[in-house]
Amino acid sequence: MLGRILALTVKELLALLKDKRSRFVVVVPPFIQLLVFGYAASFDLNHIPYAVYDRDGGYAARELLAHFEGAPSFQLVSSIRRQEEIAALIDRRDALLVIQIPPGFTADLVSGRTAPAQILIDGRNSNSAQVVQTYVSRILAGFNQDWVARHQLQGMPVSLVTRAWYNPNLESRWFFVSGLVGLLTLVVTMMVTALSVAREREQGTFDQLLVTPLRPFEILIGKAMPGVLIGALEASLVVTLAVFWFGVPLTGGLGVLYCGIFLFVLAAVGVGLMISSLAATLQQALLGAFLFMVPAVILSGFATPIDNMPAAVQLLTLVDPLRYYLLILRSVFLEGAGFELLLHQMWPLGLIALATLSAASWLFRHRMT
Amino acid sequence: MPPLLQALGPSADACRSPQPVPVSPLAIQGLTKVFRPGGRLVQALDAVTFDLSPGVVTGLIGPDGAGKTTLMRIAAGLLVPDAGSVSVLGLDAVVEPLSIQSQIGYMPQRFGLYEDLSVRENLDLYADLQGVAASLRQERYDRLMEMTGLGAFMGRLAGRLSGGMKQKLGLACTLLDPPRLLLLDEPTVGVDPVSRRELWSIVYRLVEEEGMSVLLSTAYLDEAERCVQVVLLHQGRLVDQGPPRQFSEPMRGKTFCVRIEPGKRRALQAQLSRQPGVLDAVLQGDGIRVVLDAQSDERPPEAAMADWRPVDPRFEDGFVALLGSGRRRGELPRLRAKSASSGDAIEVTDLRRRFGDFLAVKRSTFSVRSGEVFGLLGANGAGKTTTFRMLCGLLPVSSGRVRVAGVDLRHAAAEARGRIGYMSQKFSLYANLTVRQNLDFFARAYGLRGREAKGRIQWALDAFGLGDFGATESGTLPLGFKQRLAMAAALMHEPDILFLDEPTSGVDPLARRELWDRINVLAEGGVTVLVTTHFMEEAEYCDRLAIMASGEILALGTPTAIKARAAREGQPEPTMEQAFIDLIRHLEPV
Repeated sequence: MLGRILALTVKELLALLKDKRSRFVVVVPPFIQLLVFGYAASFDLNHIPYAVYDRDGGYAARELLAHFEGAPSFQLVSSIRRQEEIAALIDRRDALLVIQIPPGFTADLVSGRTAPAQILIDGRNSNSAQVVQTYVSRILAGFNQDWVARHQLQGMPVSLVTRAWYNPNLESRWFFVSGLVGLLTLVVTMMVTALSVAREREQGTFDQLLVTPLRPFEILIGKAMPGVLIGALEASLVVTLAVFWFGVPLTGGLGVLYCGIFLFVLAAVGVGLMISSLAATLQQALLGAFLFMVPAVILSGFATPIDNMPAAVQLLTLVDPLRYYLLILRSVFLEGAGFELLLHQMWPLGLIALATLSAASWLFRHRMT
Repeated sequence: MPPLLQALGPSADACRSPQPVPVSPLAIQGLTKVFRPGGRLVQALDAVTFDLSPGVVTGLIGPDGAGKTTLMRIAAGLLVPDAGSVSVLGLDAVVEPLSIQSQIGYMPQRFGLYEDLSVRENLDLYADLQGVAASLRQERYDRLMEMTGLGAFMGRLAGRLSGGMKQKLGLACTLLDPPRLLLLDEPTVGVDPVSRRELWSIVYRLVEEEGMSVLLSTAYLDEAERCVQVVLLHQGRLVDQGPPRQFSEPMRGKTFCVRIEPGKRRALQAQLSRQPGVLDAVLQGDGIRVVLDAQSDERPPEAAMADWRPVDPRFEDGFVALLGSGRRRGELPRLRAKSASSGDAIEVTDLRRRFGDFLAVKRSTFSVRSGEVFGLLGANGAGKTTTFRMLCGLLPVSSGRVRVAGVDLRHAAAEARGRIGYMSQKFSLYANLTVRQNLDFFARAYGLRGREAKGRIQWALDAFGLGDFGATESGTLPLGFKQRLAMAAALMHEPDILFLDEPTSGVDPLARRELWDRINVLAEGGVTVLVTTHFMEEAEYCDRLAIMASGEILALGTPTAIKARAAREGQPEPTMEQAFIDLIRHLEPV
């Protein structure tokens, strides 16, 4: 039995690696995605273009503006002299933000009164507008504290000191790159397995395989092995790049990480083989793989938090293996979580793997053709 | 010449004129085409030169890979040749493909019928595409429907027509705008013999009544005799051109039928085919058809000559004489069934298979004795592949019982599958693995290991002449070698029962003879062989056979018995094809 499984695994690997297109699929798209997500995908804003309309001209106003000029995330593009210029600047997207300081700003502050300042934000992209707003509040808070300290005024009753745990600088790259391990493992594993049965069905070799003494579960193991091997290899590669190239800290242990990787790859292989044995042609299999992957990524919390989704959709995420895997990855990477914390993410993965793999091996013989 | 052609013009009136076009409708000069799939070099056509005779049917004959389709596609202006020239109706096919396409009719192997449209909608669509004037349509439809006999099915979806009817509809769609030159690429392959005859009679009428010139390609050599002219292609080269008699006549006086007692026919056939001076010896029911070498004066022993009866030569004899001189004559390797048993190897009782509301197999009952060569004969869609797949356990049965070596393979333990061999019509191999890797995989899949596996792989390489190809990727092998490799892989584990699904479809007659020689050797060794085929003459090679049409077994028995049933006045010695046609006629009285 072992000999037969080994023979099938060797055959699968040979067939996969000798084929130019399969080699391409395993290497190139993950590499491109790594570059795209590693460098391009980020919630952080840098060089926010802003304009200033200083109608006060006093020293307090200049001090406030100096806080913005000194912040690396902001870049001054224009100083405005007339009210009408504001609209034009924002319409043309020259500035994302306009700071308007009314006359009497310095006078008010000096005499101990609260002084208003106006912030105009381009709200067309709500996401970045919110980010800008947060940055502005942070700078204003800094200015307030400095002012209070310098003029020996009575401080504010509560002063907020924020510490972000696990990602002190709230770098979204840490979040994305650790999630990327999950995404790329999924893509590569699906590509390797989704085509394997469908290709053989199309070429008629699957019938040939079914009439040999190979039992369905032997075929299953033989077909799953290349997916597991290549998926785990791909995950290791991305983990290595994440740590040594993108500088994301790996705080947790490798044991728990690989346990998660293994379980997830099994689940992904199961889904891939299931799609593959349902499909009659290569095209159907490819389409099926994409029909699975796109929702799986969106529902996984890769980019948008699951907690924000409607309750019904949240239920749907429970069958998405990527959801559990991302949680495991991020917990291991950033918080250094161990088995006791992640057990509840691991057993659903095992369950999904069991269900999909059994379904796949049943479909080998029972799909009508 | 072009001015004259223009004067005739492509109008319908000119085409209906009974006078043939005075120049050759298709003149081919030094035509060469090379394909380079994946870095390999395939010489599809090698300096082919011929002129098509106007106003007659010319057969383009040759096995798969001979270059027939490439030639057709170049003539239709769909491919550009590497060298040489093609003149179609006086136009250069490379320079003016569009005006050629509007004047000729071309029916590719798989005609693009829209299966979800009715017969009429298909006709309307193609009439629109070919720009047939609305006023001319009804008259043309009537004529074509009368020719094809499809008039009663105008409202039926094309997808629900039988294989033969689809082919006739495809032909009708090609003929909507009457062409002067008609190119038909394998219109009769896989079609049942009745539809085949009907297709031929349509082609004859087109030639006679509309003065069309027809180039028709086929892999069936017996169809050569239905053509006025034959162009014989082999491996991209033109072997010869002429009337079919030119090929068969030199063999007159060299062809015989030897009557023998039923039990010994395989041994005698193998013995005869190795005799010096014998070009060809194939089984034909209870006899052996022998062709003697025209060049050799050697004759088989006088004693054997006594019960020989001269018969008419066939086109195929000429083909074998032209191309078969170099084929191997050595004794083929023996193979014995491991656990030769007596009784029935395969038992089928009341077998049915339903796909939705379509009955693909209707109540089949038959059995195959151990050591027998049993044939399932039928056209595409007759239900023979469905039956075959149920026997192998690849498809669940809807009802009824299947027993192979005493078990149902679908639910049998893996060990039972180890006793059967299987070869599918696609010669299913892993195309990007080498020959040796393929053999290695199948040996191990059947549980062979170590020295035993090595021994069997070496046996396969030697016995099937694959020794030089061990490191060749199997996808790049020529078709005949792929077939050998597939058979070698199916025999790695010395099975008791061998299943062969259309093992000879597409391979040339010489490779077909070689495969049947191997099957004979297996049968001699006690291996049970179940084989499906749509070649009528291969039915003669079987011990017993079942003839299938639209899911039913029409006849079951020895080839001689089945043929004898069709014997009547005016048809004292019916061929297998005539017997088949009689059976189908009984099924659907026309």
